[in-house]
Amino acid sequence: MRELSLNVMDVAQNSVRAKASLVKIEVSESDRNDNLTIAISDNGCGMTDEQVQQVIDPFFTTRTTRKVGLGVPLFKLSAEQTGGSFDIRSKVGEGTVTTASYVKSSVDMTPLGDINDTVKILIQCNPDIDFVFTHSTDTGSFTLDTRELREVLEGVSLDTPDVLEWIAQFLEENTQNIYGGAEK
Amino acid sequence: MKSLAELQAIRDRAKAQIDLRKENPNAARVLVGMATCGIAAGARPVLNAFTEEIAKRGLTQDVTVTQTGCIGICQYEPVVEVEVPGEEKVTYVKVAPEMVARIVNDHLVNHNVVTEYTIGAIK
Repeated sequence: MRELSLNVMDVAQNSVRAKASLVKIEVSESDRNDNLTIAISDNGCGMTDEQVQQVIDPFFTTRTTRKVGLGVPLFKLSAEQTGGSFDIRSKVGEGTVTTASYVKSSVDMTPLGDINDTVKILIQCNPDIDFVFTHSTDTGSFTLDTRELREVLEGVSLDTPDVLEWIAQFLEENTQNIYGGAEK
Repeated sequence: MKSLAELQAIRDRAKAQIDLRKENPNAARVLVGMATCGIAAGARPVLNAFTEEIAKRGLTQDVTVTQTGCIGICQYEPVVEVEVPGEEKVTYVKVAPEMVARIVNDHLVNHNVVTEYTIGAIK
């Protein structure tokens, strides 16, 4: 994957398939601590300890259309190649938390990429699921919570084009803010 | 700064138009393959290109753009399936954003399949 945001899109879809109604995506960056951490958590069906071990294996997938499943292994690799760490915790019936931690200055660091686009597409393609996206830097942080938007929207779908446009602009403006006002 | 008041205005406008798409049984579907293989091959800009082109042409009530998983032909990603009700499903392969305008114009608007982009053309 050329961007970490693509890994996020990929792994977040595991939450969708696990029938989650709420998916939280948290990106915390700190130049001071030379760290970037991505945490994806859901309230989906969860996995047994044995299944958690299996998803790290590229040759495991629950799908029947093909024999390999690379989503989680690629995400894990992206973190570990920087000297960072990777962790999955899951409980059947409660959900799953996937955390990847990166050493930002590593030569093997993959750029975060267009994470806002990933969030927008996830909302667009799964308008019935709630997403909470938090992005923080040394300068500040912001959160987009589709549950709050839903309250305002009173039944108007989140995938209405104008709403998606509002979401995209909201994300962009706030991202510029937490990057110190500079263009991203 | 984007405010919730603006979102309320969007809501009121959206409510004013009846949401035809939800009840429209003739809505066509564009399915973009977005599993690991599709994403890595560049499906995200392709999905965005479809969304933009369809909005630009005012077809949002007639066409839904959504993602699907891996259908097992990873070597041909990005794969896009176009389903027009009453017509056979068409599978486009190795789709690039530049190809999207033509698929929307020829296939979704004028019902002419873009044969050279389909899986049949390269197999």
